[in-house]
Amino acid sequence: MTQTIDTKTVKHVANLVRLGITEEEAQKFSGQFSAIIEYFNMLNEVDTENVIPASDIVNAENVLREDVVKPSMSHDEFIKNAPNSERGYVKVPTVLGDE
Amino acid sequence: MQLHNRTLRELHELLVAKKVSSVELTKATLQRAHEVDKKLQSYVTIADDVALEQAKQADERIAKGDVTPLTGIPFAMKDAISTRGVRTTCSSKILENYVPQYNATVTQKLADSGAVLLGKTNMDEFGMGSSCENSAFFNTRNPWGLDRVPGGSSGGAAAAMSAGLCGFSIGEDTGGSVRMPAGFCNVTGMKPTYGRVSRYGLIALASSFDGIGPMTRDAYDCATVFETIAGHDEHDSTTYNSPVPHYTETIDKPVKGMKLGIPKEYFVAGMEAGVESAIQEAIRQFEKLGMEIHEVSLPNTKYALPVYYLLLFAEASSNLARMDGTRFGLSVADGAKDVIDIYLQTRRAGFGDEVKRRIMLGAYALSAGYYDAYYLKAQKVRTLLRRDFEAAFSSVDVLIAPTCPTTAFKLGEKTSDPLEMYLSDIYVVATNPAGVPSLAVPAGFSNNMPVGMQLIGKHLNEQTLFQVGHAYQQVTDWHKQLPNL
Repeated sequence: MTQTIDTKTVKHVANLVRLGITEEEAQKFSGQFSAIIEYFNMLNEVDTENVIPASDIVNAENVLREDVVKPSMSHDEFIKNAPNSERGYVKVPTVLGDE
Repeated sequence: MQLHNRTLRELHELLVAKKVSSVELTKATLQRAHEVDKKLQSYVTIADDVALEQAKQADERIAKGDVTPLTGIPFAMKDAISTRGVRTTCSSKILENYVPQYNATVTQKLADSGAVLLGKTNMDEFGMGSSCENSAFFNTRNPWGLDRVPGGSSGGAAAAMSAGLCGFSIGEDTGGSVRMPAGFCNVTGMKPTYGRVSRYGLIALASSFDGIGPMTRDAYDCATVFETIAGHDEHDSTTYNSPVPHYTETIDKPVKGMKLGIPKEYFVAGMEAGVESAIQEAIRQFEKLGMEIHEVSLPNTKYALPVYYLLLFAEASSNLARMDGTRFGLSVADGAKDVIDIYLQTRRAGFGDEVKRRIMLGAYALSAGYYDAYYLKAQKVRTLLRRDFEAAFSSVDVLIAPTCPTTAFKLGEKTSDPLEMYLSDIYVVATNPAGVPSLAVPAGFSNNMPVGMQLIGKHLNEQTLFQVGHAYQQVTDWHKQLPNL
């Protein structure tokens, strides 16, 4: 399975991770991605028939606790790092649809 | 009194005997850090005021006799670990002015022990790199050769420790990021068992691999710091409940009769001759110490690198989604008409090329049509990698390998080809998908640059690694060699 990753695919994945990208950048990444993915394709050699995918490595079990109210960071402190806020809320432009 | 070349226990003895105060020690270390860092650039932030305040408090504790082995000792922290009130950047433009409102659990435990936070050290942006050259701010230089890299991603923490710009440092290892720079800079460093040290407050790279660990002058010091930072944390449900052993109490136990495994797949073409001869010499030392030497096989070793990188890309693409320009960090909103526009602009301006590459490739490996071939396939081979270690540890106690096929390479040597940079991690990445602990120990020199070896152990068996590393350091003095700065 050899495939090249064209600029259209690069722009598609850039959009998936919400990353603005120019045509020039898409071209640069396209060449680099193809080389990296080709290297990763060596995994195809491995027989993984009947192998269970790793889900955790510590043999973890569910951790449960009582749902009790405890002191936590104050609202004012919490909102301190927001670049734009109003009355204790994070403020952003339109999220859905047109204004 | 020269203080920068001391071990932690020497510094501790000086402090409790009141031959030096924490304020004096901290001032001397800050002065040296400011001076030497003109050459090395290991720190992103030196927090003079915070350090002096904490040192004063430490002296009050010492006066009252309320001391731990770390009280009053200045340390440096990788800039991926949250420190309340002290800027935490991950060496990224997107967090350049981010000041956390809370402490990571490791930060809090060190504060409770009375250790003194000196500052935050440079790294590859978000831990993505093997040379520190992916820092958005500047390159850190190797104290053993200023034209060479310190390794990565915890390169600043390794360089600062090596040069004596702190008493100890705290790094973080997702796929070699403590051990590889420790090897390049001639310091001792621990990558813990996954789940032994809390990740709460660590800015996540790959949540199923990340492990915080100390970098120190020797294995004894490493055990001392590790005892302080390890343990269960209600804020991190992947941490083990089992009690943390007192590693230093049993560190002197003889290693005679223990079994050392040499993974044959690690000793193949491509290793620098001076690195190979240093590791062979270390194996002879272990034999002299009475250890039994056995060849073992980790048959899936060559697949560790693609497994590690594929899973890391996938996890990072998800973890870094929180850097979105709305709740903290950089925000670029030039004429933004909707919130998605803020995401697109902020992330384009705030992330460096390596971060962009990795989150895009992660999204690719997770996307419809490619998920089975890449992400799921890698998780299956990860199971095989773990089984390799389990099989090896059914016949031996410890494995030995180099930390890198070469010594520290030159600045700029590998920056043009991302894949070639990834290949420098070949010896250190397999442990993280398997979750096993590994201790990096100085093992000699090749062309005057340090060679690192790693000792790999069973899950939760840091004890054995400290013991074997300490035994080696009783009969060698590589770890005592200091760079000429």
